[in-house]
Amino acid sequence: MAEKDVKLMKGNEVIAHAAIRYGCDGYFGYPITPQSEVLETLMELKPWETTGMVVLQAESETSSINMVYGGAATGKRVMTSSSSPGVSLMTETLSYLAAAELPCLIVNCQRGGPGLGTIQPAQGDYFQAVKGGGHGDYRLIVLAPNSVQEMHDHVAEGFDLAFKYRTPAMILADGVIGQMMEKVVLAPQRPRKTTAEIAAECGEWATTGKYEGRTRNIITTLELQPERMQEINLRLQAKYRQIEQQAVRYETTECDDADYVIVAFGSSARICSATVEIARAEGLKVGLLRPITLYPFPTVPLAELAMRGVKGFLVAELNAGQMVEDVRLAVNGKAPVEHYGRQGGMLFSPDDVLVALKEKLINR
Amino acid sequence: MAEVEIKQENLVYAKPKLITNQEMHYCPGCSHGTVHKLIAEVIEELALEYNSIGISPVGCSVFSYNYIDIDWIQAPHGRALAVASAVKRLHPDHLVFTYQGDGDLSAIGTAESIHAAARGENVVAIYINNAIYGMTGGQMAPTTLLGMKTATTPYGRDPQLNGYPYKIADMMALLDGATYITRQSVHKPANVRKCKAAIKKAFQRSMERKGFSLVEVVTTCSSGWKLSPVASNEWMEQNMFPYYPLGDIKEIK
Repeated sequence: MAEKDVKLMKGNEVIAHAAIRYGCDGYFGYPITPQSEVLETLMELKPWETTGMVVLQAESETSSINMVYGGAATGKRVMTSSSSPGVSLMTETLSYLAAAELPCLIVNCQRGGPGLGTIQPAQGDYFQAVKGGGHGDYRLIVLAPNSVQEMHDHVAEGFDLAFKYRTPAMILADGVIGQMMEKVVLAPQRPRKTTAEIAAECGEWATTGKYEGRTRNIITTLELQPERMQEINLRLQAKYRQIEQQAVRYETTECDDADYVIVAFGSSARICSATVEIARAEGLKVGLLRPITLYPFPTVPLAELAMRGVKGFLVAELNAGQMVEDVRLAVNGKAPVEHYGRQGGMLFSPDDVLVALKEKLINR
Repeated sequence: MAEVEIKQENLVYAKPKLITNQEMHYCPGCSHGTVHKLIAEVIEELALEYNSIGISPVGCSVFSYNYIDIDWIQAPHGRALAVASAVKRLHPDHLVFTYQGDGDLSAIGTAESIHAAARGENVVAIYINNAIYGMTGGQMAPTTLLGMKTATTPYGRDPQLNGYPYKIADMMALLDGATYITRQSVHKPANVRKCKAAIKKAFQRSMERKGFSLVEVVTTCSSGWKLSPVASNEWMEQNMFPYYPLGDIKEIK
């Protein structure tokens, strides 16, 4: 067996390496802290000389996401990355991408907001990512990595899900995951899809240029007939129900006998896994449920925990309380659901979370 | 009506092969149909039917994709040249062009347009300048002339209140990446022929990867201007051409 390709790398750097190794066709980006290393690393690695991947620095996030729109419309595997304010600029085209059913990958390495906010890590873009962000009824598939290894893995998984369901996928990371260095096992280099492979996979819809025997393809999101526009909406919603049935991913730690369950994603979940260890050492039956997909959300496992008799849920997030709403919907009043959070680039420690758990639920 | 066979030597005109049979939604007297026809003819003459990707805008010509029988991407408002930049870089052997109005290319899309030109993307922008927003009901455009009445300048465009019009073609001509910039019209047969030659040159240059081309077409909007098609042409000659003079602005061989 070939030796594993193990490196010590920043989360943002690994996005660049993973994209090249996955066989990504194009990356379009604009500098913003704390994710600029993605574009910097790609420019340093010069993948256009090896795999043929296109890398382009755009004049704005508005432009870079529209470059993604163009590339995705032609069936290519294309992506962008940014951080919170930059993603806000992209939301118009995220709506177009979902409406046109174009597969692509967007990475949001979140920083603290609102407004220009701070360059320190936060998780305040949960609503924007999970509920849509742009106009109209649409969803993004949202993956939440909690390690540099998952940053790497989610590039391939995000593209695969995007193409499976013909819809944009987002990696919702944050400044902690983007900036920290960890050991990562890199995937082997895969070739980019050939023109024939793209034609076989996306020929029915992609605007690759006509060829003999196929009528013209049109990528548009305009439909002025209300009946037909509703049909499009119903088709999208049916797809989202299918995604909710098939694509939920989550991880549980010590939940089987837990009296109290912490729910956390991304870097918060990383902190809360230590909270569980401390609590268990104190004899408290505490578990952790970590959603890996934020959309589709692990509603069913949370509901089952509530039915099984969990006495309370603590949702720990680096925001003022966003995912807590989805946990409350899942638990549906069967147990108390409390929020503990910090904002503005402030992190909590494992002990902080345990203190909050005791104050808000255990000793209440 | 029975099909009459016309001998090739007697044929003086035919609908271009790449113009579809879809009835056009454009108003009587509108120039879009003529420019569409020229694009279809040029693509056919250059044998690029299977090698072309058009990018349509938001505005009246959003429906270009219904009329020219090639692959099309309809872009968000103003972003056509960002979309085209990526498509051309990912498909360097294809003809990639945008078809945009003055609001799309030179108001909401100014940044995307200028930067695609500055980067020297090997794409062509067909830029329809009729000095008004047609689709939304005749509001002021960035190209609306001073004194010109529109739905949002009901007393005429006043520079103190509404600012001045501007010529993005002349601005783009200052950019190293923009190598062919021309301004044409389609209001008379001779102008139609000149415009077709300009589109053909721009498309050929794109295929030869000679940099960014802009073909501005100064056109009428009878509905928006509230003039008959004939009166619109006269008004355009008297008022638009002095401010937007026709002819090549830049060509780097």
